[in-house]
Amino acid sequence: MLASRSWLSRPLHERSTRLFLGVLLASLAVVTLLNLALPAGHTLHVSTYTVTLLGKYLCYALLAVAVDLVWGYLGILSLGHGAFFALGGYAMGMYLMRQIGDRGVYGHPVLPDFMVFLDWQSLPWYWHGFDMAWFAFLMVLLAPGLLALVFGFLAFRSRVTGVYLSIITQALTFALMLAFFRNEMGFGGNNGLTDFKELLGVDLTDDATRLGLFLATGVALALGYLLCRAIVASKLGRVCVATRDAEARTRFLGYRVERFQLFVFVVSAMLAGVAGALYVPQVGIINPGEFSPIFSIEIVLWVALGGRGTLYGAVIGALLVNYAKTVFTGVMPDAWLFALGGLFVLVTVLLPRGIAGLLAYRRPRRAAPDPSTTPREASA
Amino acid sequence: MRMIRSLVQGLLCLVVVALAAPAAVAAPDDDGQALLEALDTRSYADKGQAIEALVASGDERTRRWLEALLDGKLQRHEDTGRFVVVLENRGRQWPVIDALTFAAAGEMSRRELDRIGINNALRGRLQSTLAVLDLRVDDVRARREAARELLGNVEAAMLAPLQALVADEADDEVKRLLEQAIAIHRLAQGDAAAVEGLAGSLNPEARAALSAAARSDDAALAEAASGALAGIEQKQKLNRGVETLYFGLSLGSVLVLAAIGLAITFGVMGVINMAHGELMMLGAYTTWGMQQLLPGQPGLALILSIPAGFLVAALAGVAIERSVIQFLKGRPLETLLATFGVSLILQQLVRTLISPLNRSVVSPEWMSGSLMINEGLSLTLNRLFVLGFALLVFAGLMLVMRRTRLGLEVRAVTQNRAMARSMGIRATRVDILTFALGAGVAGLAGVALSQLTNVGPNLGQNYIIDSFMVVVFGGVGNLWGTLVAGLSLGVINQVLEPWAGAVLAKILVLVFIILFIQKRPRGLFPQKGRAAEG
Repeated sequence: MLASRSWLSRPLHERSTRLFLGVLLASLAVVTLLNLALPAGHTLHVSTYTVTLLGKYLCYALLAVAVDLVWGYLGILSLGHGAFFALGGYAMGMYLMRQIGDRGVYGHPVLPDFMVFLDWQSLPWYWHGFDMAWFAFLMVLLAPGLLALVFGFLAFRSRVTGVYLSIITQALTFALMLAFFRNEMGFGGNNGLTDFKELLGVDLTDDATRLGLFLATGVALALGYLLCRAIVASKLGRVCVATRDAEARTRFLGYRVERFQLFVFVVSAMLAGVAGALYVPQVGIINPGEFSPIFSIEIVLWVALGGRGTLYGAVIGALLVNYAKTVFTGVMPDAWLFALGGLFVLVTVLLPRGIAGLLAYRRPRRAAPDPSTTPREASA
Repeated sequence: MRMIRSLVQGLLCLVVVALAAPAAVAAPDDDGQALLEALDTRSYADKGQAIEALVASGDERTRRWLEALLDGKLQRHEDTGRFVVVLENRGRQWPVIDALTFAAAGEMSRRELDRIGINNALRGRLQSTLAVLDLRVDDVRARREAARELLGNVEAAMLAPLQALVADEADDEVKRLLEQAIAIHRLAQGDAAAVEGLAGSLNPEARAALSAAARSDDAALAEAASGALAGIEQKQKLNRGVETLYFGLSLGSVLVLAAIGLAITFGVMGVINMAHGELMMLGAYTTWGMQQLLPGQPGLALILSIPAGFLVAALAGVAIERSVIQFLKGRPLETLLATFGVSLILQQLVRTLISPLNRSVVSPEWMSGSLMINEGLSLTLNRLFVLGFALLVFAGLMLVMRRTRLGLEVRAVTQNRAMARSMGIRATRVDILTFALGAGVAGLAGVALSQLTNVGPNLGQNYIIDSFMVVVFGGVGNLWGTLVAGLSLGVINQVLEPWAGAVLAKILVLVFIILFIQKRPRGLFPQKGRAAEG
């Protein structure tokens, strides 16, 4: 293991982190092997379609980790994390749009198809720079990060917490959804951005690209998990947990609570942005639907099902719910909302600590999540 | 013999009757025939005189004759000289009716018929003559309609009869309209004195005449006309202001209705009920169901839906409280998630059991239509009803919370649960009743909404974020705050709409609230004292 005592590598000495990373990396390797080594007809062969699907789940898992960071350790129930996810996705989408070049339906060398269709004469100012990969990737972090910074600065400074914060985060993503639905915004209106051709010069439809994206997502998830784990285990993380459980008391102890909250909130938003950026090239489209409040609430359900305040629980929850969604919507689409609604009710009433709580119950002493026991709600 | 004689007599009788019959009908119609014959001349001047003679005769059939003449369907048989009205002038054989009796007269070949032609001058004259004729009917509404038609269509020849009509007119509205119509005509002739008669009129014809006059070469006339135009502009601005306010209040009343039930469960009980919108949906569907039960009586169904919608939603509320919320006491964020799950289930339930498509609810007659304040401003009745209903519900809730034992107990439990219980208040029962009350009010909101929008499974979803915004903006636990916040948000939205567009206005309002919460985290009317510490 790494000998360095740097704060980022410290979680590598934890048993749960090693276990998680081990399982994740092993799964990546197995999927790659089954996809590449076995012929297409073989029963164990993993098709490229499945690889992309798994990549999509991993994006969701990273998003869930981001939400768990703020909800599980900071006590902030964000109902607007879908907005950060979508912003990251749009930044990536804009880069991919510019990569199309003159291969669009209208063949315009600079303007994306939807702008030609709307009879726009030139590129809006905020589309400049997105033809460069480094700039776009920077924006994947900066766009959600800045929004979180401004929003969080205002909200935490005036001590908006609890239910109020949940509701205004929901209003935030709702407002953004309405805004992105407008054609005048220059983000493709309700069709969004789609019809991508290539990423960094490689064909997006290529099987190798798809596998590469899947692996990149897996690595991003591993790194994101490590980062969150490091934050949580640091002194900063302990202040966060203290804030979650007794905000006023932490303040009286002399901590500038709002600064801790703001820092973690921004990190979480950036992680969500990265998840969105990895999601878009795999799914092939980004549209304002990702901003819808129901999607943001669904993310919270993944975390709640897996067990909040554990990080690995969020991953489990995201994978389980999305797998169930794929199965249900394929077999009996009408029943999916019943199942989802029922999950919301059952998890909150019967499984307040989620699946991770069940695991901890079986091994009561060792695997209990470290910022221990039931997180108390910050009072509204 | 006797039989033969009686037979002959009978036959004779028949012949006599048969001979007499046309004569008997024709006899009183010599006048009509004469009037129509006067029309059948080559000279258009003579025709004009004949039309005036027709009008002067006061014959009841004049109107139909003139209309037929205008349409070119008043024609004369070449051989018999009989006047007929052609019903359908297509093909070779045209079905006709007798112009005097209006009885069906079979078909005639178009070769046998001569049209009584008119020229453009006569056509204009006929049109205005017909309008004047309409002013003579007894029905006031029809007279008003006719007078409105005349605005901008007055011909010089009509002035005299119109002025006579104005003098005789009993209805003020008709009188005013006629005077305006005459003034428009005079203004077009360059009469500066006519400007006065049009000042303050919101009619587009009057405005058109004034702006034409304002561009005229006559300086005095132009000045007077532009002065009057400025006055009209002012009045219109005021009208638009009132209209915006009305739409804003109407939107606001919907928001208040949607939010006020939430204010009770959220503000008083501290419970986040994300299924609130779906309870509204249940209320709206109750209205629809009631109308299915009572077909043909939308009014009665609507009135019955008010208690029924309340009951259905309240019962659903009790079910939600007992099955979910009671287990999540003191965990507001978990309650939010669980009730969101309930809302998904309710939505899908309606989709599966009824239909994923929208259902339309009929508005009763006394709610459709609009209240006309003046020519530029009319208020739709259904919105007025909803506004009144919202205020009534608010007043009712205020009474329940302030004046009843339940309200007292609710406030006691809100402020200090343990103390209230030790005073003998059954807190669990109060919880159930409060939640039922909040849910029931959501049902009422749904009944009202069914009169404004389509009833569908997504009805609740569209309102849930808005209603949370209203509650948060107004200050949690404060019904007055909800009322003020709802109405003002509605008005702000409508004021922004003209220059920002509907979607952008909504975004701006959301951003405004988000920023407002930063400034005043506890809303417009924060709770004071111990309750605020929560």
